[in-house]
Amino acid sequence: MQGHDAGAADLVQLLTPEGERRDHPDYPLELPADEIKALYRDLVLVRRFDTEAVALQRHGELGIWASLLGQEAAQIGSGRAIGPRDMVFPTYREHGVAWCRGVDPVRLLGLFRGTSHGGWDPAERGFHLYTIVIGSQTLHATGYAMGIQRDGAVGSGEDGEAVIAYFGDGATSQGDVNEAFIWASVFNAPVVFFCQNNQWAISEPLERQSRIPLYRRAAGFGFPGIRVDGNDVLACLAVTRKALQAAREGQGPTLIEAYTYRMGAHTTTDDPTRYRLASELETWKLKDPIERVKAYLARSGAADTSFFNDIEAEADQLGARLREACRAMPDPEPLSLFDNVYADPHPILDAERAQFAAYLDSFDDAEPGGPGPAGTRPGAELAGGEAGR
Amino acid sequence: MTKLTLSRALNEGLRRALEDNPKALIMGEDVGRLGGVFRVTDGLQKDFGEARVIDTPLAESGIVGTAIGLALRGYRPVCEIQFDGFVYPAVDQIVSQLAKMRYRSRGNIALPVVIRIPCGGGIGAVEHHSESPEVIFAHTAGLRVVACSDAADAFTMIQQAVRCDDPVIFFEPKRRYWDKTEVDTAAALDGALPLDAARVVLGGSDVTLLAYGPMVKVSVAAAAAARQEGRSIEVIDLRSLSPLDMATIAASVKRTGRCVVTHEAPVFAGLGAEIAARITEECFYLLQAPVLRVGGFSTPYPPSRLEEHYLPNLDRVLDAVDRTFAY
Repeated sequence: MQGHDAGAADLVQLLTPEGERRDHPDYPLELPADEIKALYRDLVLVRRFDTEAVALQRHGELGIWASLLGQEAAQIGSGRAIGPRDMVFPTYREHGVAWCRGVDPVRLLGLFRGTSHGGWDPAERGFHLYTIVIGSQTLHATGYAMGIQRDGAVGSGEDGEAVIAYFGDGATSQGDVNEAFIWASVFNAPVVFFCQNNQWAISEPLERQSRIPLYRRAAGFGFPGIRVDGNDVLACLAVTRKALQAAREGQGPTLIEAYTYRMGAHTTTDDPTRYRLASELETWKLKDPIERVKAYLARSGAADTSFFNDIEAEADQLGARLREACRAMPDPEPLSLFDNVYADPHPILDAERAQFAAYLDSFDDAEPGGPGPAGTRPGAELAGGEAGR
Repeated sequence: MTKLTLSRALNEGLRRALEDNPKALIMGEDVGRLGGVFRVTDGLQKDFGEARVIDTPLAESGIVGTAIGLALRGYRPVCEIQFDGFVYPAVDQIVSQLAKMRYRSRGNIALPVVIRIPCGGGIGAVEHHSESPEVIFAHTAGLRVVACSDAADAFTMIQQAVRCDDPVIFFEPKRRYWDKTEVDTAAALDGALPLDAARVVLGGSDVTLLAYGPMVKVSVAAAAAARQEGRSIEVIDLRSLSPLDMATIAASVKRTGRCVVTHEAPVFAGLGAEIAARITEECFYLLQAPVLRVGGFSTPYPPSRLEEHYLPNLDRVLDAVDRTFAY
């Protein structure tokens, strides 16, 4: 459908796919070379993190992985625009934003390995837990932003706080996302809605979600919508910075549509060859978010070969660290499955824990080398009880 | 002591909660200027302001979803769902987010959110205004589910629910909103019966009758009628549906040897089924008869001209009591 084409007119772009700087009257950006180099480093390292995670899944170390390949600029650009006091509400693919918030990548791997549902402290990192149900977190973000209003932490210049909610093109069809738009609008909540339009919701193309460009939806809800080149880290940084500052100063929500592309599969269980053409991927490879920064840095003389080599070496170290840490991640203790369901004692759950503990203890009397509790015999995870009798 | 309607007692309890904790909030449809369609929040917006008593847009998932966000920011929202049959759009947020966040976060996050739901039938309403969806929430780990049955309990239970660090689904029997009982509004909360405890409403020795919410009043009336026939019924108000106070229930059934459970919700896979199973496990050798259940039928809630047949009443409860003596 023509309406979705990212024409130059309505797309904020500060760095072309060829690596040439562009100016935009609404989004002036003066970045020292060192900061652009730092963005390049982020982009390369999160791509390596992602590549390693895909490989770890292929080796059986992770149950599944949701790759961010192709979306690095949208995530690093927006992620580096977020202030230390701001709060982030991610989906399950925001590994690049997590990186910007200082969340240890190993924690993210744990979620996909199955050792936890979310192993970091959201308050400490200003980065909420991954939300897997599509769009739910946009309401949490909006409610959190309403809390900022009630705390008087909006409209106070440098001290202002804001929230950014991430979601994808598919999520824009969800009721929760539309409800979040309404709430944010009528309460003028300090929240930025950052939609990574990666063109695909698993197998469903954007045309199945919307007849109009997504950023234009904002107009109907009564707040600004802006479309940015999601593969342009500088433009994503500038646009997000401005929207967050507006939110902090009491100007309410903004919808940002980062126009990008999911270069990989939806997750490691997906097979995109069943629903999209290889030629589409080739077209988007020419708009790669990392290559254009490299071209700019090289051409402008801001970085030389040794800089790029050093980043590659750092990426290799990161990869090695992740592989080692992932494989070393222990399974949780069996009884920990009962932890943190309730804040206060719960007699029904407490009785179940005690019963299961006694059941596990009953294996202590089993013959040495004989069948034990869950996991000691291949495929016996659920049949462990029978094996012990 | 003051004689208050259940609705007014909730209002007083909420007022106390708002006074006691500056982080407590009220949010829902028509809760502000109107004071709620059942007037439970009457006058609270006027006294506590629009920032703390929030008239929300008309979307239940939005109410619960934003309440979760506010709780993440340190607030204690009390959400009103206007009618039982309107909670379903919010079930995703309640079941997938509200209930699971503490577990997901390994204890880093508490979501002290209360969701008030007027429940049950008997008011001659149109469809979707008379349902009893409590078991959906009782089946969901991470939630506490309670039901008040009279004004005195409502006053303390709503305050305890706001204080609780777990999410609480708070059922209010809408056909009892205008019933009055004595309420001690000066009583300290600390000495009150805990939120997760059942209460023996009426002592008895022949059979244990378990009820909650709107069915407590029916059960007390049934016990009075049975007494005239020389039969002694012990009535227990469960109050907490999750967790269940099995200690109080089992102690009673071990004494009486007979048990009838009643609720408005359909019997099939209802709370009575869980209670019957647990009583069987804990009191097997002391039971004189199987645990019997009296509740709604396996139909959608009927048109209101039929609800007198659908809702368990005094006669159907006593019929079940009689049958426990026929074994």
